[in-house]
Amino acid sequence: MGSNYDDYSFSEIVLGQEQLDSIETILTDELVESGVHSVLLIDLAGNIIAHRDNGNCDHDVYSLSALASANFAAVDTMAKIVGEEEFSLLFHKGENESIHFSKVNDEFLLIAVFGKKVTLGLLRLKVAEAIEKINTIIQQ
Amino acid sequence: MAFVNMKSKEVQAKIVFYGPGRGGKTTNLEYIYGKFRERIKSEMVSIKTHGDRTLFFDFLPFDIGKIMGYDVKVQLYTVPGQVKYDATRKLVLKGVDGVVFVADSQVEQRKKNVQALKNLQDNLATYKKSIFKVPLVLQYNKRDLKDVPILPMEVMEKDLNSQLKVPSFGASAVTGHNVVPTLKKIISATMASMQNVLK
Repeated sequence: MGSNYDDYSFSEIVLGQEQLDSIETILTDELVESGVHSVLLIDLAGNIIAHRDNGNCDHDVYSLSALASANFAAVDTMAKIVGEEEFSLLFHKGENESIHFSKVNDEFLLIAVFGKKVTLGLLRLKVAEAIEKINTIIQQ
Repeated sequence: MAFVNMKSKEVQAKIVFYGPGRGGKTTNLEYIYGKFRERIKSEMVSIKTHGDRTLFFDFLPFDIGKIMGYDVKVQLYTVPGQVKYDATRKLVLKGVDGVVFVADSQVEQRKKNVQALKNLQDNLATYKKSIFKVPLVLQYNKRDLKDVPILPMEVMEKDLNSQLKVPSFGASAVTGHNVVPTLKKIISATMASMQNVLK
């Protein structure tokens, strides 16, 4: 280390197959099984790391993830402008579909798309559990 | 940063079109979108003002096929060029793997090109990236202009590329001239920089 700059023009995030398998299992068991329509683990650059859905979603997940990471970054910057470290709840409510954003760690976000059958309280609980488990796996 | 998925053998790389306002970054993406329509499954996303200027970014996902056994997806982004949008411009640059700098060939834009390149260097530095190390291609756009004076290629090279010494193209995003060669060059430079990960 010591240099001000990365030696390479990108950071290397490589998750092994086992880690990805475990993350996908968590997304399915904790969130999709609880009624979430679609869930994405993305990085702050907008790349998709893992994606699971209930089989009935036809979203353009690449655009969704690019916009979600940009939206998160914009809101985060706004928080800093008004003197907050971060806004803890990031949530867009629609008539039929809603989107919930959660920070997993400094690099990753969890995006959950869910409908009317899932309450925000339950979703937040399940998301928090999933994040804890995902962080354990990433740190391995 | 590029994301490599060992399981699905997929690579996602982020390429950002940077440059002064009204230089043709969005037009580059629109040309690519039209040209490769059948290979681009999703819609091009544009977040723009009422005046049709890019407010946040344009986004175009692009499957380029297999490289070294990996399915490569390139995410093309543009930044807003206007000086006042520096906060959003910086956000789009996060995790960038390769940059196309689109310079405006008009004589009266000469200073703005240099300022925008300096701004790219500064914004990359906030992510601890060096403009001398990031895969970079220069595009001198609007070579097709007839009614207004344009800078000779040599002057633009001297202004922008005398230290960087990266590949450069004279181009016209409106007619499509050299848009695809620019794209191919930045993709190959970006993939080359990732080779040690993809072994």
